[in-house]
Parts: sequence; structure tokens; C-alpha cells
Amino acid sequence: MRTFADQPLEEQIGQWREYLRRRQAFHGSDIEELEGHLRDQLTALTEAGLAGEEAFLVAVKRMGSLDALSLEFARAHSDRLWKQLVIGPGAADESARTGHTEMLVALGLAVAAALAIKVPELFGIRPDGGGGGEAEPFYFRNASLFVLPLLTLYFIWKRGSGVARALWLALPFAAAAFFANVFPFRTNDAGCCSSDTEVLTILHLPIALWLVVGFAYVGRRWFADGRRMDFVRFTGELVIYYVLMALGGGVLTAFTMMMFASIGMNAGWLVGGWLIPCGAMGAVIIGSWLVEAKQSVIENMAPVLTRLFTPLFTVLLLVFLGTMVWTGSPINVEREVLIGFDLLLVLVVGLVLYSASARDPQAPPDFFDGLQLVLVVSALVVDGVALAAIAARITEFGFTPNRVAALGENLILLVNLAWTAWLYARFVRHRSSFATLERWQIAYLPVYAVWAALVVVMFPPVFGYR
Amino acid sequence: MDMSKDLVAASATPLVLAILAEGDSYGYAIIKRVAELSGGHLQWTDGMLYPVLHRLERQGLVAAKWSTSENGRRRKYYRITREGRAQLAAQRQQWQVVDGTLRGLWMRACMA
Repeated sequence: MRTFADQPLEEQIGQWREYLRRRQAFHGSDIEELEGHLRDQLTALTEAGLAGEEAFLVAVKRMGSLDALSLEFARAHSDRLWKQLVIGPGAADESARTGHTEMLVALGLAVAAALAIKVPELFGIRPDGGGGGEAEPFYFRNASLFVLPLLTLYFIWKRGSGVARALWLALPFAAAAFFANVFPFRTNDAGCCSSDTEVLTILHLPIALWLVVGFAYVGRRWFADGRRMDFVRFTGELVIYYVLMALGGGVLTAFTMMMFASIGMNAGWLVGGWLIPCGAMGAVIIGSWLVEAKQSVIENMAPVLTRLFTPLFTVLLLVFLGTMVWTGSPINVEREVLIGFDLLLVLVVGLVLYSASARDPQAPPDFFDGLQLVLVVSALVVDGVALAAIAARITEFGFTPNRVAALGENLILLVNLAWTAWLYARFVRHRSSFATLERWQIAYLPVYAVWAALVVVMFPPVFGYR
Repeated sequence: MDMSKDLVAASATPLVLAILAEGDSYGYAIIKRVAELSGGHLQWTDGMLYPVLHRLERQGLVAAKWSTSENGRRRKYYRITREGRAQLAAQRQQWQVVDGTLRGLWMRACMA
């Protein structure tokens, strides 16, 4: 960068740059761009006859106040500041005060969630299904209903949403409670386990309800630029916090058992009846609060993990395809294979989604984008091969709820990934912006929830509660 | 003449797009061009142009590239995209409607 011969002027520019750097709204390239502008302006002003100091004052004044400027930058790049914007505006002391209230609210809701799971026991619904040894499916079917309404409540409180909105959000939960409990699910032929459709309900209800949490999370601005991406980020960070807390909980459990065993007491009832279920419920709320309040701590974990595992999964898929072609061995369609390939697609979508959430949409395509494209395309090929095998099996053995659910999910993910691959290819060849890809991923999110809701509501009656 | 803030804000997008439609440019030159074209009546706070440019970039209406100018300074050059041209055409129609309506009213005011 060309410098001015005027030494004090250079120092002033340096100071101004430092002021910019302290604001989180400006990134390095923004500062460089603004500094270039300042220097152009200074050159013009000094050529017009102003002395260094005067020229600097005029140029800085024309640039505008830093407060107004950083506010505008924050608006234009809301993703950079999503945590600050989420935590709310205002000075540090104010946020400290609300932070304290928020902690109390979060703790209160966590305790409520922990206790909620014990309430059904008061009405005689025992977790062990009346001592039969088999776990009572009631708890699994309703697991998300113990905690997600409270999490929604937390966000309603936090975003200051009105009572009317809260009532609207309560509707899906009421519907969920209805559909989770009204169907007369049959027990399996063996008479012990849950039926297929019941297991499907257990798996799909949380996915459908997570969208409701999303509505509460974004507040009134579901369609606002970037808010849904914030929710995606939030979900990823929550999962990471939750896994960490689960690890800690595991250690706590192990020590509880070990220590009481050493004095000849069995702490199994405490661990199984209280510690694990209550902890699992409360941790959802605590995790969400931690994500909201202490974002800076592990804010960037999801993208880091994405960067780490994208190359590894790409290699895995390529080697797998290569091996399959080399040996010519077909995919052996077992019962779990379909689910396995669904999970593979979920994982690839997750990798794409989280790398998108952390990416600067304006950056040009780089090596990593090429890698992502290879990952997506190879996942598509692998899944295509698996689908062909599965389709053959379905035509041979007919439809079951599991197969239809898995097939539907596979198709939904396949559509997403196929279009993602197309957009990625265009982006890598500079035909389209990354923002288009991001918008596609974001626009697709409700599809998953709608399908999950469909599985919960339609499948049991259609398949005769099998 | 002091332009109202809302009007300045609303006209920023079509102005930037129209200037970039003339040819690639960078922030400082865009501001100079606006001042020149408006005879100095349209005065932006210089810094405010950049959030506008970044927003347009994010919306895919303009594309940006860093390159070194003739005097050895690194600059971020902006170029209008195909979507940007479409958006400019749409904005142009809207502004023409506003302009035409006001013109008609003011002509009648003159005649009366």
C-alpha cells in the first residue's frame, strides 16, 4: 500500500485503523477497503492544497462516525454478529444484568424439564412398564414433549414474543401430544417390543417439533435474511454442548455407582430413575442457554469439525466406490442398510450445511469447495447404487412402514443433494454465487420437518399400527 | 439542498447498480461519480457506501474482486452481475413510475 511521506499522517491512519479493528463488525478485508478509500480521499484533499492534519480531519469526517458505520456493517453482515444480535442490543452492563435473569430463567426451565419427566409416574405410568423389565414406550414417544415446549417457552421469553404467538406455538405441541398417544399401536408379534410404526413415531416426532423450536428461536423474523441459518448454527452448537454434557454425565454416573457400591449399596435406582432421565431433559435447556450466552467459548466447533471430517468422508466414499467397482460385489441389502444410507446422506447434508453456515458467502471458491463438491457427488453415486438395490428388494417383498419411511427420507435427501451438487458445480465454475446455495439449503429445512410430521400422523393408521 | 435520509437510502441501490453498469469500479470512484452526476447535491457519508456494496454482493447483484491499481494500491473492484442488471431494469421501471407520476402532478400545478 502506498504510504504518505507525512509521518504524523501515517500514524493517524494507523490509529484510525486500530479503532476499526476493535469493532467486531469489521473484518480485515473491510478495514483494508475502507483504508484504501481514506487514502484515496487524503490524496485528493492534499492535492487540493490541504495540509496533512486538515485533510485527515475532513476525510475521517466524510467517512462517517464509527458507531453508525459499524452498525451498518453489522446489518449488512448479520452472520458475523449473530451472537451479539441474538443476545440483544445494549451496553455491557445491561447485558450483564439480563444475563443474570436469563440464567435464573434457564435454570428454572431446566429444573421444570427435569421434573416433567417424573410427573407421569405420579399417574401410575412407570418407566419400567410396571416391572416387566421392558421400558415403557410412553416415555420414548413423548420424550420430546417433556422438554421442547419448555425450550420453546425459553425462546418466547427471550425474544419477547407476545402471548398470541405463544398460543400459536402451543398448537403444534398439543397436536403432537394427541398423535403420539391416541394411536392404538400394536405390540410386535413376539409381544415384547414396540411396533414399527411406534418406533417411527418415536424417531420422527422430535424432528417435526424441532421446527417449532426454530419458529420460536427466530422470533418474528422467519423470512429475514440469515435468521434460519442462525438456527442451524444454534442446532449444531447445541448438539456439541449436549454431547459434552453427556460425557460429563457419564463420568458422574460411573462415579455414583462405583462409590455407593464400595459401601455396599446399589445406586441403580438413583441413576436410572433420576440422574439419567432428569439430566437428559435438563441438559437440553442448559445446553441451549449455554449456546446463547457463552457462544464465544466453542462457537466455531461445528465448522471446525466439518473441516476436519469432510476430507475424511470424501476419501471414505471414493475408496468405497472404487472397491465396489474393483471387486464387483453388490450391496447386500440387509434390514439396516437402508437406514444406514439415510444416515450417510444426513451426514453429508450436515457437512454441507455447517460448512455453509461458517463460510463467508462472498469468498471465491477455493479448494475446500471443490472437495465438498466431490463429497456430495460421490455420496449421490453411492446412494444411487444403494437405492437401486433397495428398490429391487421392495418390489420383491412389498412395502413395510420402515421401508417407506426410509425410502421417503432417502428421496428427500437425494433431491436436496442433487440440487446442491448442481449449485455447487455452478459456484465452483464461477457461474453463480454461494449465497444461492445457502438460500437453497435454508429454504429446504422445513421439508424435513413436514415429512417427519407426515410420518407421525399418517403412517400408523395407513399401516394399521403394525 | 438537503436530501431526505430515506430518499438517499432508497436511491442508493439503483445509483450503485447504474454506475457499475457503466463499467467496473471501486468505492471511492463510485462516490465521486455520484457527487459529480448530482452536481454535489447527493452527498453520502462515504463509509455508508460499503455496507450497501457488501449487501448487493451478498444478494448476488454485484461481484467483487481485489486487484492492484495502476498506482500500486490494492483495491476491491465491483462488477455488476446478470442478476444485478435484471434488478437494475426492475428498479428503473419503478423509479420511472414515481418520476412520471410526480411530473404529471407538477405539470398540472404549473398549468393551473
